[in-house]
Amino acid sequence: MSANSASPEITFHPEHAGSTKKIWKTFWLLSVLTVIELAIGLTIYNIHKGEHPNATLVLAFKGLVCILTLAKAYYIVSIFMHLGDEIRNMIMTIVVPLCLFIWFIIAFLWDGTSWKNLKNTDAGSREYKKVEQVQKAPEKGAKD
Amino acid sequence: MSTTAMPTNTKWWNGGRSPFNASYGKVMMWYFLMSDAFTFGAFLISYATLRFSLNDWVDPNHVFNSFPLAGSANLPLAFVSLMTFILIFSSVTMVLAVHEGHHMNRKGVEKYMILTIIGGLAFLSCQAWEWTHLLTHQHEVWINGINGAAGHVELWNTTVSHNPFGPEVTINGHEYATPGPISFGSYFFEITGFHGFHVFSGVIINIVMLIKTRMRHFELRGHYEMIEKAGLYWHFVDLVWVFVFLCFYLI
Repeated sequence: MSANSASPEITFHPEHAGSTKKIWKTFWLLSVLTVIELAIGLTIYNIHKGEHPNATLVLAFKGLVCILTLAKAYYIVSIFMHLGDEIRNMIMTIVVPLCLFIWFIIAFLWDGTSWKNLKNTDAGSREYKKVEQVQKAPEKGAKD
Repeated sequence: MSTTAMPTNTKWWNGGRSPFNASYGKVMMWYFLMSDAFTFGAFLISYATLRFSLNDWVDPNHVFNSFPLAGSANLPLAFVSLMTFILIFSSVTMVLAVHEGHHMNRKGVEKYMILTIIGGLAFLSCQAWEWTHLLTHQHEVWINGINGAAGHVELWNTTVSHNPFGPEVTINGHEYATPGPISFGSYFFEITGFHGFHVFSGVIINIVMLIKTRMRHFELRGHYEMIEKAGLYWHFVDLVWVFVFLCFYLI
């Protein structure tokens, strides 16, 4: 890629790697992370099949899975999308807004569970008791 | 954070150059992807807030345990793992296409674009099978009688109005599922459908890129930056799948 054939607004061109080693290394890393996530998913499945599923352990595994997913996202964005090769200011314009996703994840977990507790305690007015989820049987002739 | 060959004391914001040292097209693609990320984020937040607000949700290991041609074998998460690997692999072939473009190797770009397109079509086929299976496979559901009438068993598919994966009950020694939360169907089909639409449009874009490459458009232009931009879109599609996979199948 020569400077005069690409866009004139580019000041300098980053050097491109000669070999594809980094690409394949990242592929194997992403695959290993995915396999670990699947192993944890199946572990959670087996915990639920057991006699007394340990809720804290399941929660810990789910938290671990979220962290592994964020790690995968980092490698895809930084290496596959080459954001890691851009200049720092541009990286920040992408990364800083995406940090909002950390808030989003915390928010849906917190709000969701809070809503559940409100429903199960009638807005805090009584003891915690699981509200039955009532499902109406479909009427005859109801559209699917 | 490559600083090789970067001129020192460059006044980035004084005009006459891109302050991000990237072409207009590339920067705009990044910001379009940001907007799309927040759209998907909004859908996933809405789904997850509802999901955690309910006492009982579906167990993805029970819902997603089938594999094409395996009949009724219980293979939790096996098919969706295959779909994830297909998409990761097509992402790799896309990066390799961009890499070949950096070295002005037209034949290399063509080869890897073809592989990426095949990967995208494979993923779409898998998703089509998954949807068809959910919409047509019937499950026994115990429906309570109304006003003291006797209950009965019905056969339900998984649609936007019916969810046969609710909590289990034991009636006369037999275990049945009861109706599950209705919103599961709409959220699942809507979010995976929106993602599948992005995969489809990505495949179309990649086909156009392949045709332009074969017609030597980029060779004559002197650079393959268009392939890079298409690559950004394709990797974004892969990234969204990673999060959809997390939200629907793992947590």
